[in-house]
Amino acid sequence: MSGHGSEHPEYLGHHYDTVEQQFDAGKFGMWLFLATEVLLFAGLFCGYAIYRSHHPEVFIYAHQFLDKNMGAINTIVLIFSSFTMAMAVRAAQLGKNRQVVALLAVTLLCGFGFLGIKYVEYKAKWEHGLLWGTKYQPSEHGSHAEEPAVPHAAAPAVAQTGAPNPGHVGTIAEQGSGPGAVEQASPAAQDHGSPAAQDHGAAASSTPSAVAIGDPGPLDVHTNIPPPGVPSVTTAIAPDLGGAGGHVTGHATTHEPNNVHLFFGIYFLLTGLHGLHVVAGMSAITWALVRTLRGDFSPGYSTPIDLVGLYWHLVDLVWIYLFPLLYLIH
Amino acid sequence: MTTIDATHPGATRGGAGVEENYLTHGKGLLSWLTTLDHKRIGVMYLICLLSSFLLGGVFALLVRTEHLTAGQTIMDAETYNRYFTLHGAIMVFLFIIPGIPAALGNFVLPLMLGAKDVAFPRLNLMSWYLWMTGAMFLLASVLTGGVDTGWTFYTPYSTTTATHVIPVTIGVFILGFSSIFTGLNFTVTIHKLRPPGMTWFKMPLFLWAIYATALIQVLATPVLGITLLLLIAERAMGIGIFDPGLGGDPVLYQHFFWFYSHPAVYIMILPAMGVISEIIAPFSRKAIFGYRFIAYSSIAIAAFGFLVWGHHMFTSGQSGLINMVFSALTFSVSIPSAIKVFNWLATMYKGSIVLKAPMLYAFSFIFLFGIGGLTGLFLGALSVDVHLHDTYFVVSHFHYVMFGGTVIAFLAGLHYWWPKMFGKMYSERWAAVACALIFVGFNVTFFTQYVLGSQGMPRRYFNYPEQFAIYHQISTYGSYVMGLGFVITAIYLVQSLVAGRRAGANPWGSTTLEWRTPRIPPWFNFENPPPVGDPYDYSQVRYDPALDDYVWVDQERHEKKAI
Repeated sequence: MSGHGSEHPEYLGHHYDTVEQQFDAGKFGMWLFLATEVLLFAGLFCGYAIYRSHHPEVFIYAHQFLDKNMGAINTIVLIFSSFTMAMAVRAAQLGKNRQVVALLAVTLLCGFGFLGIKYVEYKAKWEHGLLWGTKYQPSEHGSHAEEPAVPHAAAPAVAQTGAPNPGHVGTIAEQGSGPGAVEQASPAAQDHGSPAAQDHGAAASSTPSAVAIGDPGPLDVHTNIPPPGVPSVTTAIAPDLGGAGGHVTGHATTHEPNNVHLFFGIYFLLTGLHGLHVVAGMSAITWALVRTLRGDFSPGYSTPIDLVGLYWHLVDLVWIYLFPLLYLIH
Repeated sequence: MTTIDATHPGATRGGAGVEENYLTHGKGLLSWLTTLDHKRIGVMYLICLLSSFLLGGVFALLVRTEHLTAGQTIMDAETYNRYFTLHGAIMVFLFIIPGIPAALGNFVLPLMLGAKDVAFPRLNLMSWYLWMTGAMFLLASVLTGGVDTGWTFYTPYSTTTATHVIPVTIGVFILGFSSIFTGLNFTVTIHKLRPPGMTWFKMPLFLWAIYATALIQVLATPVLGITLLLLIAERAMGIGIFDPGLGGDPVLYQHFFWFYSHPAVYIMILPAMGVISEIIAPFSRKAIFGYRFIAYSSIAIAAFGFLVWGHHMFTSGQSGLINMVFSALTFSVSIPSAIKVFNWLATMYKGSIVLKAPMLYAFSFIFLFGIGGLTGLFLGALSVDVHLHDTYFVVSHFHYVMFGGTVIAFLAGLHYWWPKMFGKMYSERWAAVACALIFVGFNVTFFTQYVLGSQGMPRRYFNYPEQFAIYHQISTYGSYVMGLGFVITAIYLVQSLVAGRRAGANPWGSTTLEWRTPRIPPWFNFENPPPVGDPYDYSQVRYDPALDDYVWVDQERHEKKAI
C-alpha cells in the first residue's frame, strides 16, 4: 500500500501526508459515524416521545414493571466502563500497553456484566408475558387491578428480584417487577390490616387515580399519591421499604390502560437496539485488545483505541438517556 | 503514444511506450474485487449501477406495455403491482440514490480535489460490498415473486401483504449503510484531504454538490434505517407501532419514511446539479457565473430538504397549520434551485457554446428539470395537491425530476468523464442521436402523464376508463423510443471501449484538476499535489491542433524551460 516515500511509517496510509492528517481524518470520520448512530436512535426516541404524549397513562402504568435497581446497577456498570475506557485511551497515548490491555479487559468485563443483567431483566419480562404487540400477555391477567391476585404469583417475582424472604409481601410489591407483584398489593394490605378499611381504601384510591389518568398530564397521577411514609391508605397497602413502594401500590389500584404493550414494544426496541450496540462496542474493544497484544500501537499511533473509545462512550451515553426515559418515569 | 504523454510530466513515469494506469495496475478479477483504489471502485459501481438501471428499465417497459390497453394486456393485476414496485425500488434504491456519488463521484472526487484517494479506502470498498449485499437481497426478492407495496412500503399494507416485504426491507436497510459510508467518506475527504491551495472556494462545484449530498446521506439515512427496522419488527414480531389495531399510528410510518426519503430526493438531484455545473462552463468556454451562489445554494437545498417531508402527507390528515407550514417551506426550496438554473443560463450567455454530447445532455437537463421543478410547485400548493395527489401528475413530476434531472445528468457526466475513465472517445454522432431519442421519448412518455394526472388518472392503478386509453398508448410508445435511445447508448459506449478513438488527456479543455492527470489516471492519481488554480479559468489551457487535445499552459511553459 505505501509504496513511495521512505519517510512514510507503515501505519500511515499512502494517501495521507502526515500522521496528524490521518488521525484528524479518522477522528472526524468517527464523529460523523456517531452522528449517524445518534440519528438512528433519534428515530426511536421520536417514536417514544410521540407515544408517550399520546398515551401518557400507558407509560406511567407500564414503567413500574421495569426493575429500577437493575437499571441503576447497569447504569453504574456502564459509567464505570466508560471511565476505564477513557483510562485505556490515556494509557495508550502514553505507550503503557500493559495498562491498556488490563483496562480494556475491565471495560469488556463491564460489557459482559451489563449484558448479563439485561438478560436477567429480559428473562423476567419474558416469563411474565410483558412483551410487545400481540405477544403482550401478562401472566396474571392484570386487566382488573382490584381483583385479588393468586398468591403464588409472588414466587417468580421474588425469585427474579432475589429478595431473600419470599414471605415478605411488601418487598414483592415494592420491587414492582411483574404484574403479579403489583396485584399482590391488595391482598398484601389485607394481610397487614383490617380488610374492611382496605376495601374501602382501594375503592377510594382507585377513583381519583382513574380520574387523573384521564388527564393528559402525567404529573396529575402522582399528585394523588401520598409521599412515602405518610400514613395513608396507599402506604398501608404496601409498607414502604425502598422509596418506590408508594408509587407501585398507587398505580396498582388503577385500571390497566389500553395498549400497555406499546410501552414494552418501545422498551424492547430501544434496549434491544442498544444491546446490539453494546455487542458491537464489545467486538470493537476485543479487536483493539488483540491489536494491543500484538503490539500494533505506540505513543505515535494509537488512533484505533481512540476511536473505539469514542464509540464506547456513545453506547454508554445512549443508555444514560434510556435509563431515565424508561425506568424513571414520573 | 509517447509524444502525447510527454506533454504531461506525470505520465512519463511509466517509461517508453508502457503506460502505467489504474486499469493496468494489477490484473485479474481478484485485483478488482480487493482493490482499494477509488477509481476502480467507481468503475465497479458504474457497472453494477448500470446493470440495475437495465433491470429497473425492463420492469418500466413491462409496466408501460401493460398499459397499452385497459385491463389485462400482458400481465394480471397482481403481477402489475409487483412490477411497478420492483421498478420503483430498484431504480430508487439501487440506481438513483447511489448513482452519481458512488459511480461518478468515487471516480472523480479525489482527482478533482487533487488527493490520492478518499479518506477511508477500505470503508469505500466495504460500501461497494454492502451495495452488492443489498442488491442480492432485492434480487432474491425479485426471483421469489417480488413485493407489491410500492417502493414506499406504506403501512398497514406492507405489514399485511403476503409478498416478501422483509427481504426487500433488509436489502434497503443494507443499501442505506452503503450510502451512509460513502457520504461519510466523502465528507471527511473533502474536509481533510484537500491539498495545499485547495481552499473551499477553489473547489469545483461538483465537489460542493457532492459535499452537500454527503451531509444528507449521513444525516438522513439513519432515520430510514430505523424506520425499516421498525417495519421489520412490525411485520416479524407484531410490535404494533404502526398498527392502528394495537394503538399504533400508520401515519407515523409515513412521517418516518419521508423524513428520510424527501431529503433523499436531494441526494438524487444535488449531485446531478453538480455535474451540470461542471459541464456548462467548459462547454461555454466561459467561467461559471455566480460560483458562490451555486455553491451556497447546494448547501441551502440540503438544509431546506430536511424541512419539507410533510408535503407528502397533505392528504393524510395532518393539521391545517402543519400543512401550511410544509407548503411554505416546500416553495422555499425552489429559490436555491432557481438560483442554480439562472446561473447556468447566465454562464451560457455570450459564451462560445460547444455542442458535444455532455452539453446536449446538460441542455436536456435544464429543460426537463425546469418542467419538473415548476410542476413541483403545483403539488406544493395545498388546494391543487388535493386534486393531484396520487395521480399520474405526481408520477410525471418525479420522473421529470428524477429521470429528466438525475438520469440525464448521470448520462451527461458519464459522457463527460468517459474519456478520463477509459481513455477512449465514443461516437459523437451516435451520442447526439441517442440523446435526441431519449429527450423526445421522455417527453412523449411523461408529458402525456401530466395530462392524464390532471384529468384524474390515479397512479398505481391496473385498469383505466376508455377515455384515458389514447394517453396511455402515447405514453407507452414514448417509452419505447426512450428505450431505443438507451440501447443505442449502450452499443456505442461499449463499442468505444473496443474500437474507440484514443482520447487525449483533456479533450474538453476543462480546467478542473482531474484533467491534469494523463489520459487514463495512474493508480496514485498525482505524484505531487497538483497546482491549484481557478477551476473555471479557461485561459489555463490551450487547444493544440497537432495533438487534437488541450494542453495546460503552465506545463507547456515548464517543459520549454526544461528544454
